[in-house]
Amino acid sequence: MSAPAVHPGPRVWHRFPLPLRLARFAFYLFAVAALVVSLRTIEIIPEFLYDAPEQMGDLFGRMWPPDAAYLEPTLTALVETLHIATLGTLLALVMAVPLALIGARNVTPSLALNLVAKFAFVASRSVNSLVWALLFVAVFGPGPLAGTLAIAFRSIGFTGKLLAESLEEAQRGPIEALTAAGAGRPAILNYGYWPQVKPAFWSIALFRWDINIRESAVLGLVGAGGIGVALDTALNLLYWDQVAVVLAVIFTVVVLAEVIVTFVRGRIL
Amino acid sequence: MRPATATPKKIAFRPNWWARAGWLLLAVYVVYAAGRLGFVPERFASGLEHGSRFLARMFPPNFSRWELIQSGILESLQIAVIATALGIALALPIGFLAARNLMPAFVTWPTRALIALCRSFHPIIVAILFVKAIGFGALAGVMALIVASIGFIAKLFAEAIEEISLKQVEAVRATGAGFFAVLIMGVVPQVLPRFIGFSTYQLDSNLRNSTMVGIVGGGGIGATLFTAYQRFDFDVVLAILIVIVALIMVAEIFSGWARKVFQ
Repeated sequence: MSAPAVHPGPRVWHRFPLPLRLARFAFYLFAVAALVVSLRTIEIIPEFLYDAPEQMGDLFGRMWPPDAAYLEPTLTALVETLHIATLGTLLALVMAVPLALIGARNVTPSLALNLVAKFAFVASRSVNSLVWALLFVAVFGPGPLAGTLAIAFRSIGFTGKLLAESLEEAQRGPIEALTAAGAGRPAILNYGYWPQVKPAFWSIALFRWDINIRESAVLGLVGAGGIGVALDTALNLLYWDQVAVVLAVIFTVVVLAEVIVTFVRGRIL
Repeated sequence: MRPATATPKKIAFRPNWWARAGWLLLAVYVVYAAGRLGFVPERFASGLEHGSRFLARMFPPNFSRWELIQSGILESLQIAVIATALGIALALPIGFLAARNLMPAFVTWPTRALIALCRSFHPIIVAILFVKAIGFGALAGVMALIVASIGFIAKLFAEAIEEISLKQVEAVRATGAGFFAVLIMGVVPQVLPRFIGFSTYQLDSNLRNSTMVGIVGGGGIGATLFTAYQRFDFDVVLAILIVIVALIMVAEIFSGWARKVFQ
């Protein structure tokens, strides 16, 4: 008597399958719970908030007018910052290219070596550039050398990961043609992979350079050279009119760097 | 007399002299800049010696002040979570206002300038200003990271909205929906996966920076780290770094899962 009950009840249409909906619900629940717990337990002293607008006004009052005489030492420090960012990016690329070659599965068909490179990328990115700077200041003493190395080691992860990905996207055709013609490994890399990843390479380098200019501006706070030293000095002496000069210079350079990078990337991509 | 000999022989992989000149210029710049910054071999040599001593003092990591590390890490987490949540809440309307396909130019330009201003300063510098304005503590760190979150999320959100298909928006509008119904039913479903994507990226980024704002007085583990560093307790520094890296890796796994769920 049992009729083939294919549809026991009215079927409800769902856009997403049940496990996915449960996972999304879990995500929302977790996010809200984390926010509520954080808001309830964070230690905030409300008395500080009452005079915040007043303090802000006081801050800008002290900043104005900016101390024009501080512009010259700031610009000298700025040149140092630009050198740190550029040299750091170049050094990072020098270290990231071999790691990216090791990390790309199609270039190095060895899972163990791939994982070694991946681990190096993760380790480089997980440590903040200020921490890298602290470590290198402890090793090489305060100065731009520590800053350059900090920028370089922080950038390996970003540039190496993206380079490895673009190498993995390279087409097989030219590589196979070169292999068939009897080319050695350096020739395959130079004539097979390099022309294919060249635009990506320069684009990644420029993108990271832009980021590094922002990052190298704060390295001086821990003694690693550059415009951050000028900022730190002015802050410690409470010369807010000099701080204003440094901030204005940083802002100008960051905006200029972004305009340059956008323009050049548009040309090469 | 054959025409074939008249044409010049085509060289495969002809050397590109402009590119070579470019590489040469780059090399010259490196030597010049390294000289300007005072990089000399002796410094590297003495640095390696310092480095070995430094590493020796770092090992083994010293977890004996575990309670201090724990409270610092918790505060960093609180800063990151609150800053991301409030940053997203503020970045959403700002992102809508900056989307050029939904808003007129006189609205998008000032909004875009605000976003650019938020993006141009490193969170640490913003934290310094907030520490001056609202005093030491976690609140300054939260405010600094909110500014950073607005700069990042609002920019990407505006770009995501500018890439949506207007057909769905028109379809919703054709049913007689009001402005907010169009936003919620026509725009949001198209940008939600990408929005979750860069929100979780920003959570990762805020977490990294919330471990650092303490260096300038913005609360969190950074203060503990910097104090240990200044006291030359390098074994404590290493312990804190291990905890920070572990925390960031866990957060990356979590946000990777969240991105997959909302793909």
